Amino acid sequence: MLKTTTTIVAFIILAFSVFLFFAGHNNPGGGFIGGLMTAAALLLLYVAFDVKTIKRVLPFNYTTMIAVGMLIAAGTGIASMLGGFPFLTQFDKYVTFPILGKVHLTTALPFDLGVYLVVVGVALLSILTIAEDDA
Amino acid sequence: MSVLHLVVLAPFILAVLVPFLYKYIRQVHTGWFVMILPLALFIYLIQFLPNISKGETFFYHQPWVPSLGINFDVYLDGLSLLFALLITGIGTLVVLYSIYYLYNKQKEALNNFYVYLLMFMGAMLGVVLSDNLMTIYVFWELTSLASSLLIAYWFHKERSRYGAQKSMLITVSGGFAMLAGFSLLYVMTNTFSIREIIAQADVIITNPLFIPAMLCVLAGAFTKSAQFPFHIWLPDAMEAPTPVSAYLHSATMVKAGIYLVARMTPVFGATPQWFWIVSGFGIFTLLWGSVSAIRQKDLKAILAFSTISQLGLIMALLGLGSAAFHYDVAVVGTLYYTATLAAVFHLINHATFKGSLFMIVGIVDHETGTRDIRKLGGLMSIMPITFTVALIGTLSMAGVPPFNGFLSKEMFFTAAVNATTLDIFNMQTLGLIFPIVAWIASIFTFAYCMLMFVRTFLGNFKPEKLQKEVHEAPIGLLIPPIILASLVVIFGFFPNLLAYSIIEPTMHSILPNVLADGERFYVNIYHWHGFNIELFMTIGVVIFGALIFLNLKKWAETAFFLKERDPLNYVYDNSLVWLVSGSLKVTNMQMTGLLRDYFVFMTVFMVGLMGYTLVKFDAFAIDLLNVAEIPPYIFIIIFVLLGSVVVLPFISHRVTAIAATGVIGFLVALLFVVFRAPDLALTQLLVETVMVVLFLLAFYHLPELRKEKFTPRFKLTNLLVSIGVGVVITLTALSAHAMSYANPIEGISQFFIDNAYELAAGKNIVNVILVDFRGLDTFLEILVLAIAALGIVVLTKLRFTGGEDV
Repeated sequence: MLKTTTTIVAFIILAFSVFLFFAGHNNPGGGFIGGLMTAAALLLLYVAFDVKTIKRVLPFNYTTMIAVGMLIAAGTGIASMLGGFPFLTQFDKYVTFPILGKVHLTTALPFDLGVYLVVVGVALLSILTIAEDDA
Repeated sequence: MSVLHLVVLAPFILAVLVPFLYKYIRQVHTGWFVMILPLALFIYLIQFLPNISKGETFFYHQPWVPSLGINFDVYLDGLSLLFALLITGIGTLVVLYSIYYLYNKQKEALNNFYVYLLMFMGAMLGVVLSDNLMTIYVFWELTSLASSLLIAYWFHKERSRYGAQKSMLITVSGGFAMLAGFSLLYVMTNTFSIREIIAQADVIITNPLFIPAMLCVLAGAFTKSAQFPFHIWLPDAMEAPTPVSAYLHSATMVKAGIYLVARMTPVFGATPQWFWIVSGFGIFTLLWGSVSAIRQKDLKAILAFSTISQLGLIMALLGLGSAAFHYDVAVVGTLYYTATLAAVFHLINHATFKGSLFMIVGIVDHETGTRDIRKLGGLMSIMPITFTVALIGTLSMAGVPPFNGFLSKEMFFTAAVNATTLDIFNMQTLGLIFPIVAWIASIFTFAYCMLMFVRTFLGNFKPEKLQKEVHEAPIGLLIPPIILASLVVIFGFFPNLLAYSIIEPTMHSILPNVLADGERFYVNIYHWHGFNIELFMTIGVVIFGALIFLNLKKWAETAFFLKERDPLNYVYDNSLVWLVSGSLKVTNMQMTGLLRDYFVFMTVFMVGLMGYTLVKFDAFAIDLLNVAEIPPYIFIIIFVLLGSVVVLPFISHRVTAIAATGVIGFLVALLFVVFRAPDLALTQLLVETVMVVLFLLAFYHLPELRKEKFTPRFKLTNLLVSIGVGVVITLTALSAHAMSYANPIEGISQFFIDNAYELAAGKNIVNVILVDFRGLDTFLEILVLAIAALGIVVLTKLRFTGGEDV
């Protein structure tokens, strides 16, 4: 029962977290909240199933995830420096794609993605480390 | 860079080479290489005598830190030449003496000894030749350092270390005071150059900083020159090897303070404060030192107190000599500068006879194995040369004709008697102190000179008390004291050799502007003054001094004579103990090792500071005009929130406590919702959830909530402190609110509202601020999170039991 519910609910939460993440620029949400929401969904999976199963299904290395998140966040800042702008200058542009139509692209999004990855990594890394600690 | 600069630097350069000479040329005693340098410097410096005696001075400029006005300027006039000659001349003799004194090349750490000695010599030359106050200070501290190193040369002896520490503490404290005084002089005159400061002497005297500056400078001079009550380090410094005692603690370093006082006389001298402090401390030190010397049983201790007393004498004369600034010397004649003349002359005499006496004591110690006058006696026939030299030195120190000590003592009496005729600073009434104290002190001086001499060389020889077979010292040990003693005799018979070559130019340096240009002080030192009061004083000194010495046996058993140590040592020792125990007490009181105590200290300080600021700046204000209306549901939220907060400290079950904190967190999220902060509310909700999960995880590992029995007093303190924090923070917040309306500042939020979409193309202003306007904050915050997570991993995964090589 729990496992069944979890499989459904977890994906709804995940979807909502992705929504929160993308909605961030114009609506409540953003990388931090999205990341926490994702972490909550994953936590739910860990609670419903055992740690080994989830590790097999989702073979994330959360330490790497934190590093990648930091790199992306720093990278957007450094990229603007390469263009001769101050660190972390953000740009945005409306681009028309063949299928998606007119899309608003902004460099704040990759920065937020970095935040997102770090938050997910931090939350899960700390909780799993403490949970797995049997000493 | 001139040659004079090199004179100062040469000892330091040679000091660098000494260890190499010691290591690679083992068959030659290192001292021979060292001796060449002071001898060369002495010969070089003596060439300046003709020019200096004509009244010329030499000045060479070398920038060091020119932006701060600190330069390595050397200045050579009569005063600095006199000291430089003493330093290099006696330095040569002391090095020669030390070659034979520390004859064992294998056992003695000669490389250390000569490095320290050269360092000291260079520093001392630096002190006397520098024109810049900061340079003087640097060299001054170097002499303190080198002196401590030399005192603790036999560092395995506990008494040596004690003496070194004591001299270090006292002289460096004085040095710091002196630095403060120099800084004040700079504040007043805007220059560190002594000559420029002297030129502004009249400006300084009227300045309110004058007295503090003078006291600070004098503190430096008095500690260095062992004036009462700072003299206590000198007897303990006698643990040093005897060449060191002879060099540092009789002829050179202890005269650094004398030099400073002489140098500063043109700056401060024309004031009653200077006159009274310098001559008062000097005359008292003279008495104290000579009375204390008579109680000593150790030859070197007698000499140490004797040095203290003689330094007091010179100091007193310098003080009395400053009276010359108040008179027109050309009109009233020589009387008013006799004191300065006597000071300079006695300075030279003291260096000669005290240096030779120290060397004699070293020889006695070396040949008999003891310096205790109770064990010595009858050495006259066994050590005839030592005896002769000692006789000359002692008679000179006691002030007996025909030696040079007699001449300077006569002049000292003249100056002291003159002091009664001065009509300044209440001297008509108080002036009588000077001749009386001088006379009594001289009686004691005569007595301890006799004691020292008679007990060592006359009487019965007591071989059973001595460990060595006694015989005359080797010639190398005898040459330096013989040279000094012949100087005593030469200066005694032909004092006018010195008169215009060095004494008169020195007086010019101490008392500039007293004479008109081109005039010279009249210096004529002679033995026979006729039947005047000084002669009768000297006769009295001899008679009473002999009486004291002859009756010494009667007094020897009294408590006064049995106690050798200066009573001021108890003050020093106890204050040192008190300082340590007091600091320990304060530290123990404050550093309890209990986190909750530190927390109480911090919060009490914070509350106190904020409360004080509120009261002091009258910052307390409540303004209800601009307060928003509170909807009823907020009351409900606040009520529940307050309820959870109040209940929290009383919960004794951990899960309940976690739940209660959870309630608080969710209520805060609710408040965010009410106050229209959706992002915050979402974040707060999620963070609270994650926190509760973490708490529960950690809870699994924790023991039962411990019931501690707290004393009511502890509880009361905590209650008061927490109430204080709450009240002060609340008041501050209320006042800040009221004040912000009273003094409105335009907020920056309007900019974000206006430009969030324009500039950053986002409608969620919070998020735009987070990732765009203030993206750096966010970047660093996720870094904080990452570090925290890695910290958790390290703390849980890496379990060192100790001893691992990380």
